[in-house]
Amino acid sequence: MSFYKWQIFNSSLSQWLGFGNYVRVFDDQHFWLSLMNSGIYMLATVIPQMAIGLFIAILLKRKSPVQPLFRVLFYLPVVTSWVVVSLLFKYLFADSGLVNFTLHDFLHLENSDISWLASRGTALAVICLLGIWKGVGWSMMIYLAALQGVPESLEEAAVMDGAGRWQRFRAVTLPAINPATVFLSVMLVIGGLNVFASVELITGGGPVGATDVVLSYMYTQAFTYLDFGYGSAIAAVLAVIVLVLALVQLRLFRSRNEEGLA
Amino acid sequence: MTTSIGRVRTPGLRAARNTATSFRYVALIVGALVMVTPFIYMVSTSFQSQAYVLTTPPQFIPNPATTSNYTQALSTQNFALYFVNSLIVAVISTGISVLLSSMMAYSFAKFSYRGKELIFRILLAGLTIPAVMLLIPQYILAKNFGLLDSLGGLIFFYVAGSLSLNTFLLRGFIAAVPAELDQAMQVDGANAWTRYWRLALPLAKPALATATIFTFLNGWDEYPIALTMLSNSDHFTLPLAIADYQGANSTQWGLVFAASLIAVIPVIIVFLVFQRYFVQGLTSGAVKG
Repeated sequence: MSFYKWQIFNSSLSQWLGFGNYVRVFDDQHFWLSLMNSGIYMLATVIPQMAIGLFIAILLKRKSPVQPLFRVLFYLPVVTSWVVVSLLFKYLFADSGLVNFTLHDFLHLENSDISWLASRGTALAVICLLGIWKGVGWSMMIYLAALQGVPESLEEAAVMDGAGRWQRFRAVTLPAINPATVFLSVMLVIGGLNVFASVELITGGGPVGATDVVLSYMYTQAFTYLDFGYGSAIAAVLAVIVLVLALVQLRLFRSRNEEGLA
Repeated sequence: MTTSIGRVRTPGLRAARNTATSFRYVALIVGALVMVTPFIYMVSTSFQSQAYVLTTPPQFIPNPATTSNYTQALSTQNFALYFVNSLIVAVISTGISVLLSSMMAYSFAKFSYRGKELIFRILLAGLTIPAVMLLIPQYILAKNFGLLDSLGGLIFFYVAGSLSLNTFLLRGFIAAVPAELDQAMQVDGANAWTRYWRLALPLAKPALATATIFTFLNGWDEYPIALTMLSNSDHFTLPLAIADYQGANSTQWGLVFAASLIAVIPVIIVFLVFQRYFVQGLTSGAVKG
């Protein structure tokens, strides 16, 4: 499809364009902007999700009567629909919303209310914060599962050898949960580039397309302008990027492991 | 007795441990507050009348409280219908997907045949393709098969989208079923079907619970596919209806959140019912798999 000027109402009339759509993608300033936005989202959300998720998982590792309660609380945003949490964040960051109230009237950190969604930087920040807030519980759950597989004998041996908390963490825990880290990092990078619903619902790509991500741009091209061929080309380019990133990560993690063993 | 000895021997260590414990709880409570406050605010807004929404200072305990948002959302906006639509889509797609993927997982775990590795690799590749990228081909496919704007079409794509992950999760668990048990049943004359149904499935319960939660949540919460496939509002699922609703009543936050909470409650119930299997299911599926 991405090689055609695709006619949705009668596909037999579609016109062969060869690589025309792809040339258009690479010449399209707005595509590069949207790719940059997707990239920013991915970079800003993946590492905090994993780090905070791991931190909470470690705090929650020991069995206690309140552990299930905390587990449920942290997982609550994960099970809630993107639609609901996106609207919720739009409301929280509204001009006279709770966040502005806290920063302005309560903590006096800012002089006047910030119009969060009116400019590119702050709007992207809201979208990224939502991504982290919603995803932390999932990383926590995966790490919690992985931590239960860390052999206690190893931890004890490290204590015997006089290893401190931090040393134990680096030498015993981190290597033991490495499969979970690889899994999370690959899945979260893919998920980060898959960002769509939150952007569509919070800013709709606005103001004037400044917060468009690749998939919201693809969606507009295909389902608003009915340019399905061009939309497909955009999706195909992103798919290649995702595949390359996944392979690079697997390669990186593998070589690091081998170094660790040697 | 033991405490007194402990205190005499290592007062420093004990104090350090206490500090660590209280730090742990403070950090957890702060984190939990960050997670939960938006929800509490949402609940409180849903009980406020429009005049009190987005006022300064914000109200956490609505005064005066009203349930009019709920009655209005339920009566005028067809939310009962959307609720049923979502329930149909989520339950049927979960049932089909978990059944099919457990069979596939059994075949990958217990049988050997030509091309098994290749098929499994293709399945894994399915895990790495972000769902939203497939919107356009899925839309064309649905259009050509007459699946557009129908709940059946939605179920088809939800099942297709969840098979990879579920099979992957379940395979790890089923592969861990001891071969001796399998052989014992075989000696007793049990065929593959009985071994799958009576042995593998009961032992894979935690993974089945995990797969059930994932698939149900996905069916219940999914937005992009529903957005492209459904056009007749009689077929809307809850996420689509809520988004549409907010678009139409942009500032009626009380109403929007009343509707949202109606949608959130079932997932919390499903999660609470299955959550004790959850960590267990993840352990042997995703992480070791």
